[in-house]
Amino acid sequence: MDEAEVKSKKGPGRLCYICNQKKPALKRPKTLEQICKECFYAVFEEEIHRVIVDNQLFKPGERIAIGASGGKDSTVLAYVLSELNRRHNYGLDLFLLSVDEGITGYRDDSLETVKRNEIQYGLPLKVVSYKDLYGWTMDEIVKMIGLKNNCTFCGVFRRQALDRGAALLKVDKLATGHNADDIAETILLNILRGDIARLSRCTSITTGEDGPIPRCKPFKYTYEKEIIFTYAYFKRLDYFSTECIYSPNAYRGFAREFIKDLERIRPRAILDIIKSGENFRISTSTKMPEQGTCERCGYISSQKWCKACVLLEGLNRGLPKLGIGRTRGPLGIEQRTQRSMQSKQCGTLDF
Amino acid sequence: MACAAAACHENGCCKDEDDEGLVLSTKKRTAEPTIKTNSVLVATASSNTITSSTEDSEHRHGLCVKCKVDAALAGDECNLCFGCFRASLFGKFKVTVTTKDLISPTDNVLIAFSGGPSSRVALQFVHEIQQKAQRNLDASRDKSYPVFGVGAAFIDESAISSISSHEFEQAIQDIRLIVSSLAPPAKELHIAPIGNIFSLDPNDGTERLKELLHTINDVTGKEDFLQHLRMISLQKIASDHGYTKLVLGSCASRIACHVISATVKGQGYSLPADIQYVDARWEVPVVLPLRDCLAQELKMLCHHEGLKTLELLDGPRSGINGLVSSFVTLLQEENPSRQPTIVRTAEKLTPFNFNRLPEIDDSSNHLPFRRRHKKLNFKSDESNTSEFFCQICNSPIKNSDLESLRSILGHSETGANIFGSSCSSCQFQILPKEPSSMEHFYSLLPKSMVARAREGICCNQDRLREQIKDCLLSDDEEGI
Ligand SMILES: [Zn+2]
Ligand SMILES: [Zn+2]
Repeated sequence: MDEAEVKSKKGPGRLCYICNQKKPALKRPKTLEQICKECFYAVFEEEIHRVIVDNQLFKPGERIAIGASGGKDSTVLAYVLSELNRRHNYGLDLFLLSVDEGITGYRDDSLETVKRNEIQYGLPLKVVSYKDLYGWTMDEIVKMIGLKNNCTFCGVFRRQALDRGAALLKVDKLATGHNADDIAETILLNILRGDIARLSRCTSITTGEDGPIPRCKPFKYTYEKEIIFTYAYFKRLDYFSTECIYSPNAYRGFAREFIKDLERIRPRAILDIIKSGENFRISTSTKMPEQGTCERCGYISSQKWCKACVLLEGLNRGLPKLGIGRTRGPLGIEQRTQRSMQSKQCGTLDF
Repeated sequence: MACAAAACHENGCCKDEDDEGLVLSTKKRTAEPTIKTNSVLVATASSNTITSSTEDSEHRHGLCVKCKVDAALAGDECNLCFGCFRASLFGKFKVTVTTKDLISPTDNVLIAFSGGPSSRVALQFVHEIQQKAQRNLDASRDKSYPVFGVGAAFIDESAISSISSHEFEQAIQDIRLIVSSLAPPAKELHIAPIGNIFSLDPNDGTERLKELLHTINDVTGKEDFLQHLRMISLQKIASDHGYTKLVLGSCASRIACHVISATVKGQGYSLPADIQYVDARWEVPVVLPLRDCLAQELKMLCHHEGLKTLELLDGPRSGINGLVSSFVTLLQEENPSRQPTIVRTAEKLTPFNFNRLPEIDDSSNHLPFRRRHKKLNFKSDESNTSEFFCQICNSPIKNSDLESLRSILGHSETGANIFGSSCSSCQFQILPKEPSSMEHFYSLLPKSMVARAREGICCNQDRLREQIKDCLLSDDEEGI
């Protein structure tokens, strides 16, 4: 619906498009409807509740870990999930799960934020650290390998750290703060990379159901703008800007910029991209490589050793390039332009 | 995640897993027999990265990396000489035409000619294989080999364009000259005002077209609608003059843009229908022989060969299409293989049953021309052929999307409810929102579109009824 139309439907008196009683306080990013604060919270939370119910994300009695980085998405997720759990009697045991990468001056602060969330929402917090799990902090890794390739370590280690933390908490599922913009971006990136296997999986609201800890994304249809800008602002939730200090000017990839441009002229484009992603006709024979377990640590892996173990082996033997320079040949092109193809997760420590 | 922009330069960042997928897809790709999806420019660019040291030095000397005799073309992307470049581009076209059996000797093909580089090259290349077929005929003792016929069609949009009539007249003259100066066999040129699909009376047609476009508020919707009208015009010309195939000059760059636009417009389901070499959902099947060539390559060919093109008529795209087009251009500048990769992604989506030529059981199968014919591998599952098509854009509609029909049937009993089976994208960006203006909109549509709608409703009625029977209140046959 375009802006002019919303205005015309709004009727005289400039009242909230939904309740038609209060003065509108914002233009809802998803629909451009002018609505009041109260109606905004109501629809925002109700939509997420619908997504949870319709997709059967949780079962009563389940233990759920919320991946908590201290950033906006996971902070809002922790708030909304604890709120909905109470309001609609989901019967869930919620936990906050954080990863301490060991980045001085950065992670200390964001962990403080998570700890305040722990008290505010009364959710138990578990912190797993790279140091404990792998024997290395990110600071030590960067000292050894420099600023090149450090993201590979951080990314591989974090994914495992979350799974291991979830196992320690004995949870049934891990909920992450990926929002609609993230999903739309991932869909585009997979198209740009020609990765049909990931393209077919990336729209699933729950993933890894065959693995040890399934992950789900309650914010799959929630606009980033609604999370940041309105919600976090109005509710004054305590969150931390998760910009990595090893990434001084948080880089936003082409795809992210493109999505923001699209949203500006057609807000529903984000949902349309997700719809396309869900509807792509991908033959079911397009499968991911067979998953086994790492011979060394038992983590799921398609190779003999999982990536974290390969990277660790390199670090411990003083050969940090091990496990990194495996892409050559035709992929030379891909590597050259990796910078522009990154998604936002590389610029921030949010998850 | 720790990731300075510069630090990520050489690795997959947190997306490292993705490289694995990329390796897989690349491997899978090279295992396939056809190589033509890789464009000429890209092939050279990537081989350049593998053996960069030797080729760099050759490039510095300015020699063609293929024949190593002639000077390479100027420009940073290409390191072939003109001869090798042209041969490789034409080879790509030829392989597509023959392996996909896009043109057979008994065909009469109509080339959609806009005057732009892509359709100019399409005209040129089709002309060349026609000449070749003619020469073969002349040389053969047995004169029974037919040579396919070629015509060109230009859709005159002057009524709704901002180009001055003087400039337009000039453009038409150029187009006539381009087509008439091709060597024999002679090619007929059809120039038809786009209003022709509305009415036989030119003024009336133009008025209706203008009024129709006026009802569409969304700039992207307007542009897309015009694109659908263009296709209807071409189909009309083709069918009125007995053509058997419609050749479009759609190149990889254009297709890449379409892949992204369709995704952004929520048309992921129907996307594979639009990007195949063959699209037989139309009365006259549409073929895309240049699907694997980059716009840049086609432009380069026109430039070096002195093929006249008319940029004038190819205005910038607007709205969503404009954003997509600059996004894809940006990506291509960053990485010369990006557009082919996008096309390849879409190619991996499952095509529809109409993305193959209808089987013709004729005796021409033994002709040498058809020898290399590779049957497209489709299961002839006839139960699958009854797709629902959007009445506006002719896209197949996903079954579950027909659910939205329920609401439309709920409060409209008029002729306008025929648009219940429009895709959600057309409903959003093209159709009027108010039921009253919908009827007006419907009354203005070209007859062929309305006919298609009726036909669609007729054919699909049973299945449609089946899907919505629980929400139909009476057994009223007029209901849908
Ligand atoms: Zn309100
Ligand atoms: Zn449509």
